[in-house]
Amino acid sequence: MTDPAAVVRDVSKTFGETKALDGVSFEAHHGELFGLVGPDGGGKTTLFRILTTLLIPDSGSATVLGLDVVRDLWAIRSRVGYMPGRFSLYGDLTVRENLSFFASVFGTTVEQGYELIAPVYRQIEMFAERRADALSGGMKQKLALSCALVHRPDILFLDEPTTGVDSVSRREFWDQLDMLRSSGLTIVVSTPYMDEAMRCDRVALVQGGRILQIDAPAQIGSRYPLPLIDVTGAERYRMLLALRKAPHAHSVYPFGTSLHFTDERPGHDPLSVIADLREYLTANGFTDVTAQPIEAGIEDSFMELMTPAQRAS
Amino acid sequence: MTAPLAAPADLAIVATDLTRRFGNFTAVDHITFDVKAGEVFGFLGANGAGKTTAIKMLIGLLEPTSGEAKVAGLDLRTQTEEIRRRIGYMSQKFSLYEDLTVLENIALYGGIYGLTDRQIRERAAVMLETLGLSDDLVGRLPLGWKQKLAFSVALLHEPAIVFLDEPTGGVDPITRRQFWEMIYAAAARGTTVFVTTHYMDEAEYCDRISIMVDGRIATIGTPLELKQQWKVPSIDELFVRLARPS
Repeated sequence: MTDPAAVVRDVSKTFGETKALDGVSFEAHHGELFGLVGPDGGGKTTLFRILTTLLIPDSGSATVLGLDVVRDLWAIRSRVGYMPGRFSLYGDLTVRENLSFFASVFGTTVEQGYELIAPVYRQIEMFAERRADALSGGMKQKLALSCALVHRPDILFLDEPTTGVDSVSRREFWDQLDMLRSSGLTIVVSTPYMDEAMRCDRVALVQGGRILQIDAPAQIGSRYPLPLIDVTGAERYRMLLALRKAPHAHSVYPFGTSLHFTDERPGHDPLSVIADLREYLTANGFTDVTAQPIEAGIEDSFMELMTPAQRAS
Repeated sequence: MTAPLAAPADLAIVATDLTRRFGNFTAVDHITFDVKAGEVFGFLGANGAGKTTAIKMLIGLLEPTSGEAKVAGLDLRTQTEEIRRRIGYMSQKFSLYEDLTVLENIALYGGIYGLTDRQIRERAAVMLETLGLSDDLVGRLPLGWKQKLAFSVALLHEPAIVFLDEPTGGVDPITRRQFWEMIYAAAARGTTVFVTTHYMDEAEYCDRISIMVDGRIATIGTPLELKQQWKVPSIDELFVRLARPS
């Protein structure tokens, strides 16, 4: 591995009164599937627009494939693939015409790029003569990905490719990203879905124009600073409200059928936390309580890392 | 309050063989189900399964090809106007005016729903207090606030049923959970909540859920019943199994 595929150093960008990016730094390595994970409005799209040379940062610097995003914009543009968050294709052109158009803009042909796009494009090739705006959401997404890949870019930027997509289609899309990564392509992808972070090599948690943490997904959970207990039982909502008032409660959040209780005492023995919780819940009339210590997931960590001001909003 | 007609008072929605075709494509194919008054009902399905078409029929925006439904005790075919006054709706796209302030938006929607000035003033004050909002331009609010405000506005005229179409898409994980606490609070006041989501953990928060596949309701029940019936550990697993039968 030589230079990283993308380097962002202390980048800030302000729109009017809104600070979209506030001193953001990270590196994505060659061949890596790097995730920017966080809610809408966190600055992810601004970051992509800077990396794809569509916006100039107010301060800081960024390089893509060793090229400067401000000075070398033309050299960068022909070597990156970019799938913006909104549908970016020509609705009144057919699937085949869209693909040919994007190939020709980059001075290539569909045939030359076919090998790379094949795993994705084959799934929509039967609709080659259909107008793009007559495709379903999932097929549009596959066409947009094919168009972003047709000129065989060295790095791929995907801005929220799975927003509004059902959980099954999201899994399938990530399977395709796995395939592309195994061909050696560097991929930087953003998502508001915390569960998708697990499919990245490394992730940056992004919120309010800042990066909260960067690490391999499994490592992020292991850095959770406080004892974390998974609690289940009858009357989940009443139990949630009760647990918030439990002694040493730091936070309590619903997770599917469970509640995640974080104790405010760092390093405190989770088993003694559980013993205290059981006693407290029994005294408050709860039955069928199960409680066990768990390792934090991305979503636990994300909520813990959000600043107090952000949590209140 | 409008008196319920044929439908039992404890049922907020009763759909019978509700069907919608577009040309020779059947988007919603004879769905029959009911939603109990005061419950949080999760209406799940893959993209293209027919959820949006079904919701558009239930809120009176799209006429069924065949079948019938009672919404808040009213007939979907003959009492569409009355139904619209008795329901609230919040779409996945933010539906408030960005260049109006919070209070101006509340006054506008209150007026549309025929509330008196006094009702608008009183409910607006309670809303700002509950949400902890000041009267800023709506466009300046963070997304999470906008979604919470849009939900509150959808409840402004105290509807019997509120329809929420992917209300938590793209919001941060804490706001997502605060939003669900607002849903529970609305249900506790007796409002029926009909909600769609792509977050499968949220499906577990519903009293009952249905999963639509290819225009039909493939399964319906409480999350626990469905997990036992289909022998799956989570609703996410069940969703995968039903949406992509291998």
